[in-house]
Amino acid sequence: MPDSQASEIESAELEQFRNETRAWLEANCPPEMRKPATSDADVFWGGRNAKFSSEPQRIWFERMRDKGWTVPDWPKEYGGGGLSAAEHKVLRSEMAKMGARPPLSSFGIWMLGPALLKYGNEAQKKEHLPKIAAGEIRWCQGYSEPNAGSDLASLQTRAESDGDDFVITGSKIWTSYANYADWIFCLVRTDPTAKKHDGISFILFDMTSKGVTTKPILLISGYSPFCETFFDGVRVPKSHVVGTVNRGWDVAKYLLQHERAMISGMGERGVGRPLGQIAADSVGTDAQGRLDDSMLRGRIATFDVDEAALAACAERAVDLAKAGQAHPAFSSAMKYYGTELNKRRYEILMSAGGVDALEWESERSRQGARPRAWLRTKANSIEGGTSEVMLGIVAKRILDLPGA
Amino acid sequence: MALVLTEEQSMLRDSARGLISDKAPVSHLRSLRDSKDPTGFSKELWHSFAEMGFAGLLVPEEFGGSGLGFMEAGVVMEEIGRTLMPSPFLATSVVAASALNRGGNAAQKSEYLPKIASGSLLATLAIDEGAKHRPLQTNLQAVRAGNGFKLSGAKALVVDGHVADLLIVAARTAGSAGERDGLTLFLVNPAAKGVAIERTIMVDAHNAARLELSNVEVTADSVLGEVDQGASLLDGVLDIGRGAVAAEMVGLSDEVFGRTVEYLKSRKQFGKLIGEFQALQHRAAELYIDIEITRAATIKALQALDADVAKAASSVAVAKARAGTTATRAVQEGVQMHGGMGMTDQFDIGFFMKRARVCEELFGDANYHTEQLARARGY
Repeated sequence: MPDSQASEIESAELEQFRNETRAWLEANCPPEMRKPATSDADVFWGGRNAKFSSEPQRIWFERMRDKGWTVPDWPKEYGGGGLSAAEHKVLRSEMAKMGARPPLSSFGIWMLGPALLKYGNEAQKKEHLPKIAAGEIRWCQGYSEPNAGSDLASLQTRAESDGDDFVITGSKIWTSYANYADWIFCLVRTDPTAKKHDGISFILFDMTSKGVTTKPILLISGYSPFCETFFDGVRVPKSHVVGTVNRGWDVAKYLLQHERAMISGMGERGVGRPLGQIAADSVGTDAQGRLDDSMLRGRIATFDVDEAALAACAERAVDLAKAGQAHPAFSSAMKYYGTELNKRRYEILMSAGGVDALEWESERSRQGARPRAWLRTKANSIEGGTSEVMLGIVAKRILDLPGA
Repeated sequence: MALVLTEEQSMLRDSARGLISDKAPVSHLRSLRDSKDPTGFSKELWHSFAEMGFAGLLVPEEFGGSGLGFMEAGVVMEEIGRTLMPSPFLATSVVAASALNRGGNAAQKSEYLPKIASGSLLATLAIDEGAKHRPLQTNLQAVRAGNGFKLSGAKALVVDGHVADLLIVAARTAGSAGERDGLTLFLVNPAAKGVAIERTIMVDAHNAARLELSNVEVTADSVLGEVDQGASLLDGVLDIGRGAVAAEMVGLSDEVFGRTVEYLKSRKQFGKLIGEFQALQHRAAELYIDIEITRAATIKALQALDADVAKAASSVAVAKARAGTTATRAVQEGVQMHGGMGMTDQFDIGFFMKRARVCEELFGDANYHTEQLARARGY
């Protein structure tokens, strides 16, 4: 069959999938779940102690879970939807069109899942992936340490061999939601004598294990999504290591690419109205319908140009990956630009909101949603590798500039 | 549509690159400049270009062209940007060919398009009158006279204006400067009575001219498209030109960046390769990211033009705005990182800076296109 004919059939099938998907979403996504999330309670994270903030949130989650659409592109045997990349793109765009919220937010979905699919053994995949897909187990990530943030490979938490177990001692920092998590995926040093990248293992364990404690860290946004996490002789079976012992850096790097892709995507998640219209609400418009603050208007327009260009680049990055032409370090480039752009977006939002955007505690300001989100974005260029680390990776790995 | 080159497009790129880098490296532009060449480009090379099918790349096959798309034109423009080759490709093969193909009647198409495809006819669009690109500010008057019109007024930055065999002139048949209605495009013979053309020697040593028309008589047959309704034809043609110039700027940016990175890897100061300094590494990395984002935006715009010219305006505005800003940054960093050498005429880098400045003004600068996007989004 000629290519053009094959692609016509393919696009006809995709069109049918689009129509069916749209109809299903229309019938199944409760109206309350088609508005932008405005508070933490609007986000469902799953887990053993999960509570739904509303009945529509529960309905939406359960319907999506039953279709495998909490993880639409994972294989069906692990609780996924088994969608092709093209179908997944259709589903995402149809959800975006109606403003449908993600039914489940989860580090298991964004980070651990892809790493397990690539590096996990069959038993680990069968054990963990379906529970992630069903929102049964909430995961956190044990990467950063007090003395090894940007220099992640300098981590010191040690796992000592003792029969069939490792005994883990040390501490982690910036562990997002560790105080709510059921399990942790964690980088530990299994060979202290090896070169710093070579003695690290990637291991999974239950946060209720004896010797695990967490302590929340209050942030400038007034929230406390991060924790310090302490391990005092935690016993973990060796079978919980993902991939090969001492080769955890490979898994970590792969997972970081997903994390960076996720963080860089935050800027375009901008659900709701365009910046120019949000600004018009507070600063007003002139007789020609232009924002009544020409400098702010210029900043927004420049932002819109950059955001549209970045969206094209994100799309191209996927196409390059499919074509086998992607540079493995390109996610660092996207992470850098996406997070810097997101910070710019929130500076503009604060500027557009003026005095109204400064309210910290009031019903009117939805408990300071905007200033808290603005402050939160400042972490985007720190977490998952700082902007400076990203630029260093681009310089050395893509441009091949000499090491200092 | 995937935002990557197809196999055919990659082959087109390779053959364009082969010819251009072989026959027209930057030294080609330099020698044309130094000899004050009256034509401003190599006719011989243009014939080779035509033989390879580039001159008629956008001309439909029924008129002797290859009938390819804007994405393919962009692929060639990017290669032109890498060596700054002066060539009639932009003015004749992209802009004028598109104007004739989109606006021409059967007689106009069959008269001009085959000649463009064979490389025997050069044509250009005369649009801007003031210092900045403002298509609707067209004030050149076209007054009805008998069965035809009389044209009077002036144009600036007419690319290849002094060598063109056919001028496509935007004129006002009704209304006043700033209005959309009342614009008309005319085909004008540069040899006609009342046409005065002055070649302007430009900063980038590429061809451009100033045009003055005083009571130039044209027949009704020389109207391209509809009388008074030229604005929408012009919108499409200009967007095609903008997409092409954005692609040229991507090539230019990428080339100047590549040269700069090589320099960072070879130049020593304070006993170290300057590429070891983190301050320079980070600036180079940022520039790389800027170029990749701009490249994606440009491919997006070219594909949007191929899908539907009338719906591509916002994508084109994003691409041209980004390309202008990125090229400006690329050439500035290029000169700065080359240090004093970057300031010398002997070194090629300055040629890129000069061309980037002209490309930025051509068909609207970054501010112009950012403004267009803001208007399209209604704020």
